[in-house]
Amino acid sequence: MIAPNFSVRHQGDHCLSLDFGDSILVETGLICLAAAEKIRQAQLAGVTDVVPSYTSVAVHYQPHAQTGLPNFHTLSVDLAKFIQSGLTPAARTARNIEIPVCYGGRHGPDLSDVAKITGLTEQQVIQMHCAPGSMVFMLGFAPGHPYIGIHEPLFALPRREVPRTVVPAGSVAIANRQSTIYPTRLPGGWHILGATPLKLFDLARPQPTLLLPGDQIRFIPITPEEFDHLATVDNQVPK
Amino acid sequence: MSLMILKPGMLSTFQDLGRFGQQHLGVSVAGAMDLRAHQLANLLVGNDAGLATLEITLTGPTIRFTKPCCLALCGADLSATLNGQPLALNRPLIVRAQDELSFGVRQHGTRVYLAVHGGFALTPVLGSTSTYLRSAMGGWQGRALRRDDEIALLHPLKNKGLEELAMDLWALKIYLPAPIAESHHAFVRLVKSQQWGEFTPESCAALLTVPYRISPDSERMGYRLEGAPLLMTAPRQMISEGTTFGTIQVPAGGQPIVLMADRQTTGGYPKMAYVASVDLPILAQMGPGDRVSFKAISLEQAQALDATRAKAFATLAQALQPVRTLLLNH
Repeated sequence: MIAPNFSVRHQGDHCLSLDFGDSILVETGLICLAAAEKIRQAQLAGVTDVVPSYTSVAVHYQPHAQTGLPNFHTLSVDLAKFIQSGLTPAARTARNIEIPVCYGGRHGPDLSDVAKITGLTEQQVIQMHCAPGSMVFMLGFAPGHPYIGIHEPLFALPRREVPRTVVPAGSVAIANRQSTIYPTRLPGGWHILGATPLKLFDLARPQPTLLLPGDQIRFIPITPEEFDHLATVDNQVPK
Repeated sequence: MSLMILKPGMLSTFQDLGRFGQQHLGVSVAGAMDLRAHQLANLLVGNDAGLATLEITLTGPTIRFTKPCCLALCGADLSATLNGQPLALNRPLIVRAQDELSFGVRQHGTRVYLAVHGGFALTPVLGSTSTYLRSAMGGWQGRALRRDDEIALLHPLKNKGLEELAMDLWALKIYLPAPIAESHHAFVRLVKSQQWGEFTPESCAALLTVPYRISPDSERMGYRLEGAPLLMTAPRQMISEGTTFGTIQVPAGGQPIVLMADRQTTGGYPKMAYVASVDLPILAQMGPGDRVSFKAISLEQAQALDATRAKAFATLAQALQPVRTLLLNH
């Protein structure tokens, strides 16, 4: 059990946030996930959503019509008690998920640019991107859209100066030492290294998102032929 | 079928209180922009506040009813008519088979909510019937209404005794408690964020004294405001985190964006303030070109105002028991 330091702040009159740090670190991310899990399991009256992110957990709530509770004060007190009673580190429950990625070519239009900027060969960029140790910190921006990190400092690339108005579904892209995978056609300013044939969000599945915060991620390079094959078969359920 | 869409209007989508419990998966809450008008419309036809209403934007649809039902319209005044006759807002009304509901000139407001007794036959997606257009999720086939759509009602009324029911409903006196009545004050109250002090004194003063204009590309996701730029004393990168309905975020250019119903679940822009929930309906009824002024209140005041309105809704639901009795006994 761990009892991390944290502070509480309001985010308007229907949400409060617990802050566990101020920089993007795997340890901080895991604490946020553990806190979010504990709060979710507590099923506190009025709490509707528990949203972990890199360094904080947002707790959304709706006060009861008659009592006006919870409010910021009562919920802060209750949550502090839960966190101080100790958290089970989140890493123990993590899933290991392999994401097949076809790098470069028509799937990865920015691979050569990234190689140029980092001074690596395209093959070295792929190898570094496929290194183990990446984790899903959070989902946000769009349904099932993951923020995966934290990559080598060499991948601390700012976003593209001119964002693309359309990025195809499945595109795997990097910026600021993180990866994302676009669940659907979306606008985006990250550097596209490749694409996965996996579906990131599907309402037909019992768990509609492919990934969950805390998942350990390993990218696996595949050929364009393997991509086309995987895209046509039922490949959606992670092991 | 009970509702035929003869003309869809500019943007007509089904919305409920929102799709909660899914934000950690990146799924937006959506829901009614004006939750006050949405809830009121539902209560007036004897529904729970959680049923979907049709959110109608600026240019209303033309709808033919193929079965009788009880409806209410709340929110914007878009000159609603039934078979050409003006229709009252904020009242339960009876429509008969073949009646046509249409809308005309915008008198005030941006969004009007149509509730029908018993609700519309919609399939919930992830626990909600709200339409989230960006993901084509929920509501009616995940999209805004189109011409020739036909939507069923869950509890249409019987023809027998309809005239009597209409007269009984019309005879009911309905008083809206003050915390529920539409607010016409021209300012919107906000609560300062923890980052407020990181903005320049000029920026803080501007947000609370100078009106901001709502830009043309404001919609269900967010309102872009135009006015005096809001700048941080020492600009810095923020780490992405959960966002809320009414967050006033400030991208690098200094022109603020108020996050609305279809907001993304997370965001990384500096946040200057949060609109008090009780005043979000005022903002939701404003449209492009309108000017909004802000006034700061404390978090405690915002929560007290919100609680007062919630209590007033609970009281109104009690007071409307005769409506539910009349409709249930029909």
